Amino acid sequence: MDRLLDPSFVLGHMNYWLFVVLMMTGLYIVVARGNLLKKIVGLNIFQAAVFMLYISAGKVRGGTAPILTDNPGEAYSNPLPHVLILTAIVVGIATTALGLALTTRINEVYGTIEEDEILEIDHQETEREVAAILATSAQDSANA
Amino acid sequence: MKYHLILRVVTRLLVGPILLYGLYVQFHGDFGPGGGFQAGVIFAVAFILYGIVFGLRDLRNRFPDRVIHQLFALGVLIYAGTGFVSVFLGANFLDYNVLAEKGYEGQHLGIIAVELGVGIAVFAVMLAIYYAFAARPPRIDDKDW
Amino acid sequence: MELAITLFLFCAIVATAIAITTIRSLFAVVMLSGVISLLSALLFVLMDAVDVAFTEAAVGAGISTVLMLGTIALTSRTQKDIKRNNLIPLAVIILTGLVLIDGTLDMPSFGAPDSPAQTHVGAAYIARTADEIHIPNIVTAVLASYRGYDTLGEVTVVFTAGLGVVLLLGGMGARSRKRRQEEEG
Repeated sequence: MDRLLDPSFVLGHMNYWLFVVLMMTGLYIVVARGNLLKKIVGLNIFQAAVFMLYISAGKVRGGTAPILTDNPGEAYSNPLPHVLILTAIVVGIATTALGLALTTRINEVYGTIEEDEILEIDHQETEREVAAILATSAQDSANA
Repeated sequence: MKYHLILRVVTRLLVGPILLYGLYVQFHGDFGPGGGFQAGVIFAVAFILYGIVFGLRDLRNRFPDRVIHQLFALGVLIYAGTGFVSVFLGANFLDYNVLAEKGYEGQHLGIIAVELGVGIAVFAVMLAIYYAFAARPPRIDDKDW
Repeated sequence: MELAITLFLFCAIVATAIAITTIRSLFAVVMLSGVISLLSALLFVLMDAVDVAFTEAAVGAGISTVLMLGTIALTSRTQKDIKRNNLIPLAVIILTGLVLIDGTLDMPSFGAPDSPAQTHVGAAYIARTADEIHIPNIVTAVLASYRGYDTLGEVTVVFTAGLGVVLLLGGMGARSRKRRQEEEG
């Protein structure tokens, strides 16, 4: 615990802690909010936190962007996390669009995008089906 | 959007430069920041802007759905095709060294082809997604926003 | 100074995210998520990831905002006020957060040049690109050549997701719309 009192340690790890807070905020929105669109925004925040973790792992103090310059002694930041995250962002928007499309279809069928109301409608539907099945089987046994 | 004169004039002015910038990002990706992913998105943004201001029907007449759907298959095909060209020339999948006499020239060719494939695929997918959302009849009227 | 700006931007992003949890107008939520994208693009520039910042600004603040606004137009504009028990999720995220923070204590400090991430394959890409590929942008070289197979997979994912949206929303267009109109009378 001594390390937590050392300012250089705290400053060097502050970014990780902020990214944990951001990630947990996203997770909280996904878990605690019932609106489907808001859940998708929450997932995006969660995703942004992961992106930041990767990019901050690639940063080199005193380094520059990984585009080669004429100066041979130049220090560059690590290009590998940049590549991974660059493609992840575009894949992220494509999957977000898929989620939004699902939300739109759910809204057309159920008339709402609130999770609790959708579960309620599903519940009523099941009860109605069970009642119908029970009624027909009672009729069958009466006929027999 | 029939009455928004300023929006229509500004859009007409902007669409050209945005497309040009998209091309610059696509083909300058080797030297500065940029590449197929960004260029595809920027290219799609120009079309989406046009669609928002002048209406989806107008855009769809000029750029029918069928063309878009063929384009996003074409993008992936260009990418994978480049890989197979190097296989047929006797190297590994996506090994561009054999595409030209000198290794690095082959690399340049391969990178340009692959980035082009990425750009076309991303552009077409983004535009197809926009079409899919915009074609649905909205539940909220323009004046309710 | 650079570290101070980085931390400031990071705090601004966290504050925006916390605001999103409480706001009920979905329009405001979407706009704030665009704000998060722009702020994180700035942050990426500060952390030397210019290509990533470029993509984030174009995708996160551009296309994703348009798509979410489109979804709002098709669904509803406000989140309904439904009473839910927030204590359990809160406990879960606090617990998870503490575990994650405990994990970060062993991480190398921010920007350390000798951390494991900098010493293996990343350094090799930086050293080899100039001789083998002859293009200045190392990110493009890694993306399209050294890890081309990886990127092919990513493009396929984008392709599949696009296909999924088109199938879900019937983007085949005029045909399905005509059919729906005929069904309705």
